[in-house]
Amino acid sequence: MPKITINNKEIEFEEGTTVLQACELAGAEIPRFCYHEKLSIAGNCRMCLVEMEKSPKPIASCAMPAADGMKIKTNTAFVEKARKGVMEFLLANHPLDCPVCDQGGECDLQDQSLFYGFDSSRYTENKRQVKEKYMGPLIKTQMTRCIHCTRCIRFATEVAGIPELGAIGRGEDMEITTYLEKSMESELSANVIDLCPVGALTSRPYAFEARPWDLKKTETIDVMDAVGSNIRVDTYGWEVKRILPRINEDINEEWISDKTRYACDGLLKQRLDTPYLRENGRLIKTSWDKALKILINKFKLLNPNEIGGLIGDLADLEMIYSFKLFFETCIGSKNIECRQDRTYINPYERINYIFNSTINGIEDSDFILLVGTNPRLEATILNARIRKAYIKNKLKIFSIGDPGDLTYPYQKLEANTNTIKEIVAGSHEISNKIKKSKKPIVIIGESALHGKKGQYIFETLKNFLLINNFIKKDWNALNVLTQHASRVGAMDIGAYSINEEENFSFFDKLDNDELKFIYLLGADNFNFEKKDKFVVYQGSHGDKGAEMADIVLPGAAYTEKNGLFVNLEGKLQTAYKASYPPGDAREDWIIFKNLANMMKKPFGFNNIKQLHELIKKKMQTRLNFKEGKNNKIEFIDDNILVKPIDYYYTNSIARSSKIMSECRQISKKFLFTGIEKIN
Amino acid sequence: MIKKISKFQPESFEFSEANLLEAKNEMKKYPKDKKGSAVIALLYLVQKQNENWIPLPAVKYVAKLLNLPYIQVYEVATFYSMFNLSPVGKYFVQVCTTTPCMIRGSQKIKNLCRQHISKNQNELSENKLCSWMEVECLGACVNAPVMQVNEDYYEDLNENETEKIIQSLLNDKLPSPGSVKNRKNTSPENGKTTLLEVKNA
Repeated sequence: MPKITINNKEIEFEEGTTVLQACELAGAEIPRFCYHEKLSIAGNCRMCLVEMEKSPKPIASCAMPAADGMKIKTNTAFVEKARKGVMEFLLANHPLDCPVCDQGGECDLQDQSLFYGFDSSRYTENKRQVKEKYMGPLIKTQMTRCIHCTRCIRFATEVAGIPELGAIGRGEDMEITTYLEKSMESELSANVIDLCPVGALTSRPYAFEARPWDLKKTETIDVMDAVGSNIRVDTYGWEVKRILPRINEDINEEWISDKTRYACDGLLKQRLDTPYLRENGRLIKTSWDKALKILINKFKLLNPNEIGGLIGDLADLEMIYSFKLFFETCIGSKNIECRQDRTYINPYERINYIFNSTINGIEDSDFILLVGTNPRLEATILNARIRKAYIKNKLKIFSIGDPGDLTYPYQKLEANTNTIKEIVAGSHEISNKIKKSKKPIVIIGESALHGKKGQYIFETLKNFLLINNFIKKDWNALNVLTQHASRVGAMDIGAYSINEEENFSFFDKLDNDELKFIYLLGADNFNFEKKDKFVVYQGSHGDKGAEMADIVLPGAAYTEKNGLFVNLEGKLQTAYKASYPPGDAREDWIIFKNLANMMKKPFGFNNIKQLHELIKKKMQTRLNFKEGKNNKIEFIDDNILVKPIDYYYTNSIARSSKIMSECRQISKKFLFTGIEKIN
Repeated sequence: MIKKISKFQPESFEFSEANLLEAKNEMKKYPKDKKGSAVIALLYLVQKQNENWIPLPAVKYVAKLLNLPYIQVYEVATFYSMFNLSPVGKYFVQVCTTTPCMIRGSQKIKNLCRQHISKNQNELSENKLCSWMEVECLGACVNAPVMQVNEDYYEDLNENETEKIIQSLLNDKLPSPGSVKNRKNTSPENGKTTLLEVKNA
């Protein structure tokens, strides 16, 4: 390996690294504004200047490729003078408004001017004034503060894939803006706020809410989609003030979607803080004791088979496990279900319902087939990864079904089950491409699994991949893209009711009016006719579920409890408590424990530790679990449509959020600002 | 200063047939996936067709033609000072005021523009046919002072001749370009003095 000397210390480096990266390797910190690991190199802030032997001028280390035998110095007076000069120019036009700037306390410019800034200014001219630019409801701009690092432009163009930001004018008059100040339309747009090294782009909903040093920071997991992005929740007292991404190279790198970031104001609104009881058609506040007693009486009156339970989108493993345990041991019913519509599942092997290729694996892949899925809206972060893979490998992407703009080009195939039949039979042009590829990925979305055709699509594709040896230890091409944070966990726990012949037995029972009692565990996306059924809703938000319920039990939202979540790849992650449930609301597993105690039935655990032990055991049996099962697969001729998703309104927290409503309003009015193709 | 964008924008813009042909020829000069490189040439064509300025519908039109994001075309149009984003009139006068022209009296020409076209630069004349602007070196210092009208240079100007030119522009007539002293290019006023034996010099 080539060697480079940095501050008289010789280190080895890999071919292709820059001087800046080599300096980091050697432990020398380099100040920078425009350079960012995940973005292309611009080299326009000049803050990273270092001294190179035999070069009369300092060099910009971020843009200079490291070469064998280079001698770099980062701590000489020469370097410091150069950086001080750069900093003076940057500050010449930067306003001195740190006391009223939201970036204060976490500002790169503020931090670095501490080391390289002069104590007073020699610049006596007027400072540059730039008008504010509208960029949508999420991003607040104060463009006078902009130092033209172009990180935001590079992010929108490269990572988000919607080139909507640009720099107009030139020189001192350069201004960052969207085309005619239109709102940004990318679902990743708010990441430019984190990228901005100064206070030019700040969070609009969080404007003047708090100072970073006043906030309590909790590192936890997101539940807005099944990706399980790693996030940091910042709270002030009870209130969740903001959500920021946390770096996890295996899942979200350092980005999060706008929904993850800004649905948090929904945690303050529409909350259920006390139990409710329906009397004469109206929900009346009541006490826990009374509500639970009525509930238990109901249980006693009914045949266990008439009681059904439905698990919602945001449930953690503790919730699901104790719910299942409660149904099995205390009620004696097996009617629980984690699906909210008729989506085909095959839970007999773990690879059947997770994203086996893993999110990291996408980057190694050389072929992607999307079947009835719109990853951009169903798993925004995963879509960004597909885009990254597309840019890196120029891989071929095909889609059965029309998901619209995915931020990368793909080829549409006929959206019909016949296409799959042809692929499997080998008569389609794609089949050879799959067979020839080394690491193909087939992503099956929930739209494709919906209804009767689901079984055909899933099982035939799985068989096809098995036969062609694409399901093996080091590479598994079979992927199911789930949309909900609770789904994979619920499948692991076994919270579904299917039997050999029928995949939708819960829904059939419901349609045949065999169920008289429905227990909704945070299930708000479930549409059914209430008729004379008794409905209990347990959850955090007064949404669709609570509207039709006869008893409402207040639970905790995902930021208000420690909880285990399994993401779509099957990765088990722990979410930590950042805040606490409002009013009388309780953590969900405690509610079931209380119910069991009141019914005087034995419950398998006494505290959270024992519960975790039970869950751990269950998960371990699940890892290598496999049941032989060979069902006859019938061909069903049907269209594969990608179901439209109301992206900003997918769960009860997002629906309660004012910011998400605003985004939704604007997204409906979107004029296309990215690339428009002519026919 | 960021260029001012006109409040009055036409509904739509499309190349004339001849210009579309020329645009396609420009695009052919670049590889298929890099045809965005033709953006400057196309914006020039827009200006030629649309009385020396680029309306916003044309920005969109060019972006679609080249398969570029709107913002990228907009960036280019705002970057170069030769692109106008608001009407400048059918006859766009650019007066050079860089040192050689200034020494040879460009201030007088500027004053004439002030008198006859409009009080301030970048303002349309009363009949909306003309506007003027002060620019940096036009690169014809040998024939100073110089002014440019649309694509033509008027050289060796003096007050009398300049006034005639401006009056003629205001009457919607483009006088013949070149030196007002009838010099051929940059040759001496009274005919050649050297290279007499070379025919085409």
